[in-house]
Amino acid sequence: MSSSSNLIFGLGAEFSSAGALLEAAKKVHAQGFRKWDVYSPFPIHGMDHAMGFQRSRVSLFSLIGGFTGLATAFGLIYYTSAINYPLIVQGKPYFALESSLPIFFELTILLTAFGTILGLLLLTLLPRLHHPVFNWDRFQKATDDGFFLVLEANDPQFDSNQSRRFLQALGGTHITEIFQDPEETPHPARSEATS
Amino acid sequence: MRADNSSAQAAFAKAADYLERRPLVSNHRPLSWITQKVCQIVEEPAPKWWWILTIVFGAMATLTPAMLTYLVSTGVGVWGLNVPVCWAWDITNFVFWIGIGHAGTLISAILFLTRQKWRTSINRSAEAMTIFAVICAGIFPAFHVGRVWMAWFLAPIPNANAIWQNFRSPLLWDVFAVSTYFTVSLIFWYLGLIPDLASLRDRATTRLRQMVYGLLALGWRGSNRHWTHYEKTYLILAGISTPLVLSVHSVVSFDFATSIVPGWHTTIFPPYFVAGAIFGGFAMVLTLLIPFREIYNLHDLVTDKHIDNMCKIILLTGSLVGYAYSMEFFIAWYSGNPFEIYAFTNRAFGPYWWAYWAMITCNVAAPQLFWFKYCRQNPWVVLAIVMFPNTGMWFERFVIIVTSIHRDFLPSSWGYFSPTWVDITLFIGTIGLFVFLFLLFVRFLPIINMFEVKGITPQADPHSSEDHHSPSSIPQTASEVHA
Repeated sequence: MSSSSNLIFGLGAEFSSAGALLEAAKKVHAQGFRKWDVYSPFPIHGMDHAMGFQRSRVSLFSLIGGFTGLATAFGLIYYTSAINYPLIVQGKPYFALESSLPIFFELTILLTAFGTILGLLLLTLLPRLHHPVFNWDRFQKATDDGFFLVLEANDPQFDSNQSRRFLQALGGTHITEIFQDPEETPHPARSEATS
Repeated sequence: MRADNSSAQAAFAKAADYLERRPLVSNHRPLSWITQKVCQIVEEPAPKWWWILTIVFGAMATLTPAMLTYLVSTGVGVWGLNVPVCWAWDITNFVFWIGIGHAGTLISAILFLTRQKWRTSINRSAEAMTIFAVICAGIFPAFHVGRVWMAWFLAPIPNANAIWQNFRSPLLWDVFAVSTYFTVSLIFWYLGLIPDLASLRDRATTRLRQMVYGLLALGWRGSNRHWTHYEKTYLILAGISTPLVLSVHSVVSFDFATSIVPGWHTTIFPPYFVAGAIFGGFAMVLTLLIPFREIYNLHDLVTDKHIDNMCKIILLTGSLVGYAYSMEFFIAWYSGNPFEIYAFTNRAFGPYWWAYWAMITCNVAAPQLFWFKYCRQNPWVVLAIVMFPNTGMWFERFVIIVTSIHRDFLPSSWGYFSPTWVDITLFIGTIGLFVFLFLLFVRFLPIINMFEVKGITPQADPHSSEDHHSPSSIPQTASEVHA
């Protein structure tokens, strides 16, 4: 954070609709940008493909959670009923698959849910208290009806002037420099006047 | 020639109109309208009716801890249950509430997997209802154990007696099923809330509001790098919740079905309980949604089509339940077992005949009115009709539980159960608690899933390239919709 250019998080642009944002994202991806993102109030159909994502790895966490749950249920029932304190109840066997199935099922589901949520939080790096995009005053529309695209400054292709022209060519409006720290953000009217 | 052409066009337009699906958000509302409409319920000062209702139901809810304190300090004898009827109102109320808690996760999970887009404007409130109903349900078995300070023996924790739980018992399966269902429903509900809590955070006008909703929203910023994982997570949770919903009431029914009591020992119980739970759950969803839709003028989000669809589900599941009632009688006769035959004859014509016929009237007869379009289209008629399933499902559990055990195998152990004032007041208390929690939910959280409703509007479709702000871009005919 020594020079002033380091303080810039990225360059943001607003788009008029989900369709316009999708088209812009396709072009940004084709241009070879790596550190960039789009923001929208709802998931846009086809955006994952446009941004070149692989399928989400959340399911791997679910699978691990599910197997952990099943193993826990088996271990719990087998250890308590057949090893630690075997007790004859109504002449039934100490351990039987049939009577164990409901608890196998429930614990598998429970730990799958835990694994899935944990996976989501790990992959999205949430929760976090703040993020530079929130320094952009227009950005609060991202949870209302705004469609935004942000090119981040730490992308090797990022160049303040060229990237600004690129976003303009894509049809972006309100192109704004987003700063790392809130106090670095100039007045919105001033930053828009320079664009 | 020209006239022919235009009349053909007119005919086509008419057919297209007829074929067009009714939009799920009426009047082509823009995205910001949806945010404003839903958020302002939370943001504007609490209306007077809200304070009145919250105080009334809050006071009613205090009956729950009051009665429980009386029960624990005096002894379980203050409830009317005794040999031979050892399971009475407490277990009836437990099954009643847990059944109501089925519609929420059904709407969120099963209707999600089957791509029923109309679920989006009702799933949030239905899920909230599920959670509150399961809270009410949990109270009863916890105190039914008698010595409630020993209730922790239900959990597999090492204890001084060195004895473990009996994992072969359906009562223990029930503990696992209900607690898993509660936890997963809560996670699912919260997951769906995250983007909407972010909307409330971004609209916050006070620092407190911004901080509370901000913390709850986990820093959500609508990034597509997050949406991609979020959507996968939602899909997986829907996938695992679907069998979970079906399993919970199946496991509850095992409490009865694995016993050898005539009237309980039947293999039809799991599907029959699940159908009944969906039936009662949807009835309760409509009971809560119709008044709030009127109060907050949400007709464009919870449209007549939504109500119509739910009425059809009630009609279907009500008929399934009716089929199950008659099949029970058929199997009782077909089994040739005199105890089984007696249990069912006694159910319909014995001392509890009034409960049985109240159940048949409410659950089988009343929903048949939904065959008529008029009854499904008028919200107040719908509200009146769904009061029958709400009542009938309570009677169903009462009939199953009490009539099956009030006459034991020997006439010397026959009895007649009557509730005491503590039974009745405790049940009223849980109704108060349920409505009280729902009123708090309406006040502090978005009652409609905004981001999902936005996602099903025509302007959310990225392949309609026109500007989404102009109403002219909304597809007007069926051909445009499918284009």
